[in-house]
Amino acid sequence: MDFKNEQGPISPTPVNSKATILNAVPIRHYGRWIATVFLLLVAMVMVKSLLTNPRFRWGIVGEYIISDPILDGLRLTLILTVVAQFLGILIGIILAIMRLSSNRVLARAAWIYIWFFRGTPLLVQLIFWYNISALYPEIAIGIPFGPTFWQGNANELITPFAVAILGLALNEGAYMAEIVRGGIAGIDKGQSESAKALGMTHMQTLRRVILPQAVKVIIPPTGNQTILMLKTTSLVSVLALADLLYTAQTIYARTFETMPLLLVASLWYLGITSVLTFGQFFLERHFTEGNQQRISFTQRIAGRVSTRKSSSQQGEAGKVNNDD
Amino acid sequence: MIEPALRVEGVRKSYGHVEVLKGIDMQVKPGEVACLVGPSGSGKSTFLRCINHLEKINSGRLYVHGELVGYQEKKGRLYELTDREVCQKRAEIGMVFQSFNLFQHMSVLENIIEAPTRVLKISKEEAIIHARELLELVGLSGREDSLPKQLSGGQQQRVAITRALAMRPKLMLFDEPTSALDPELVGEVLAAMQDLANSGMTMIVVTHEMGFARKVADTVAFMDAGLIVESGPPDEVLDNPQQERTKSFFSKVL
Repeated sequence: MDFKNEQGPISPTPVNSKATILNAVPIRHYGRWIATVFLLLVAMVMVKSLLTNPRFRWGIVGEYIISDPILDGLRLTLILTVVAQFLGILIGIILAIMRLSSNRVLARAAWIYIWFFRGTPLLVQLIFWYNISALYPEIAIGIPFGPTFWQGNANELITPFAVAILGLALNEGAYMAEIVRGGIAGIDKGQSESAKALGMTHMQTLRRVILPQAVKVIIPPTGNQTILMLKTTSLVSVLALADLLYTAQTIYARTFETMPLLLVASLWYLGITSVLTFGQFFLERHFTEGNQQRISFTQRIAGRVSTRKSSSQQGEAGKVNNDD
Repeated sequence: MIEPALRVEGVRKSYGHVEVLKGIDMQVKPGEVACLVGPSGSGKSTFLRCINHLEKINSGRLYVHGELVGYQEKKGRLYELTDREVCQKRAEIGMVFQSFNLFQHMSVLENIIEAPTRVLKISKEEAIIHARELLELVGLSGREDSLPKQLSGGQQQRVAITRALAMRPKLMLFDEPTSALDPELVGEVLAAMQDLANSGMTMIVVTHEMGFARKVADTVAFMDAGLIVESGPPDEVLDNPQQERTKSFFSKVL
């Protein structure tokens, strides 16, 4: 009502609606333009080279990329990745729980483990396990300082595959331990306190309250570790284990087609990494939604609507106050 | 003579060299409401946490319904109870925290039935029926599937009270249950607590809400520097304190 009075004969010139639209000249990002042109040039040179340099020998790449030996190697690489990563996660969880234990010996033992396995190169560890029979020719199961139940030759027992799994998993466990510990430590202490106050045991608290919440924090770095693991398995080529890289190496050692076969291996690594990245994305999304837990999309929209409503109610309350 | 719900004799507690509780004596009869008041840092919360053995005491004796908390006495020697035994005892004592501490990844209903089904091994169906009854009492019917962070602080605290009650406790501990709440939400939580007190629940409440203490408490105990300085019925302690320390505290807060 007040508005109308103001718009009356008092204002002599009508408001120019055009003047309210901003017609400003945007900042020119010359640096970015130059960089863009430069990158485009580089890309063109690379594509031209990939397509026209005959030494890439794409025909041979095509020949080998789905050949039996390469696919066998790929299968071994995938098995190593999955098994070693899975065992690594298990070891990591156990170590993390040990590190957070109030028992000093357990906590310190886990610390020493992590210190050792993070402090030495994985390549060295793999070669070490491979040659373990030099240290312990016989491996026995029994009671320390007591009777022996079973005994075997280390060389027969520890096959290259066992060495690969052992080396990769033990090493991964050290890294996963830190990731899991970070996840657990990030959970508010009040959560475990209220669980305790309700009479839940230490294990129940961990399993039902702490770990489910920690998972959300642990998932993204674990995805990264898995991708890393896929590529790290190529180190087992030093054990003469026929994984993807070693298979490619044995072929080019015979045919001297080094570059095409390295391309074959790289393309597979790239492909699998892309699939894992994709999977990681969905896993992360699943678990961040797991935070809003089992709530359907429509319910989430409803949640937003309700907050908006409450804010508008506040606005109305404010108006009422102003009127007063 | 009826065994008191809580009997405390000369309880002391230290963190390193700092003594926070310097010999607490207290008795609370079944069905009574006791309010612990006093300045922050006086040891109220620590004392409360000793009652359900979240903190271990260094000396003295603490009995809940005639049973020693956290220990077993055999031939004059104390033996620590195992994790499982302590948990059984804790299950009989409900506790409500200042910061609610609802399980963030569980819905309201899941929060409430978790301990009854896992600790008391009650069937899920039965636990859900009981949970719904309790939610109705605190005015939260229909919020079963909400997550804690979708609720207001006052609603969260009422869920926390419900969660504790679902264990059918004999004793309820409240650790500054309204201190983390926006002022306009304090009332709904205090109302729920008052209903609970009227139903005959034994309650020990650490609080700064003197109005609540006056209205609901049977006993008010004023704590300062690790000791109970003065205790008695609310009108005596709050309106006519005898000790200098009590007088100066209430002259500032009332």
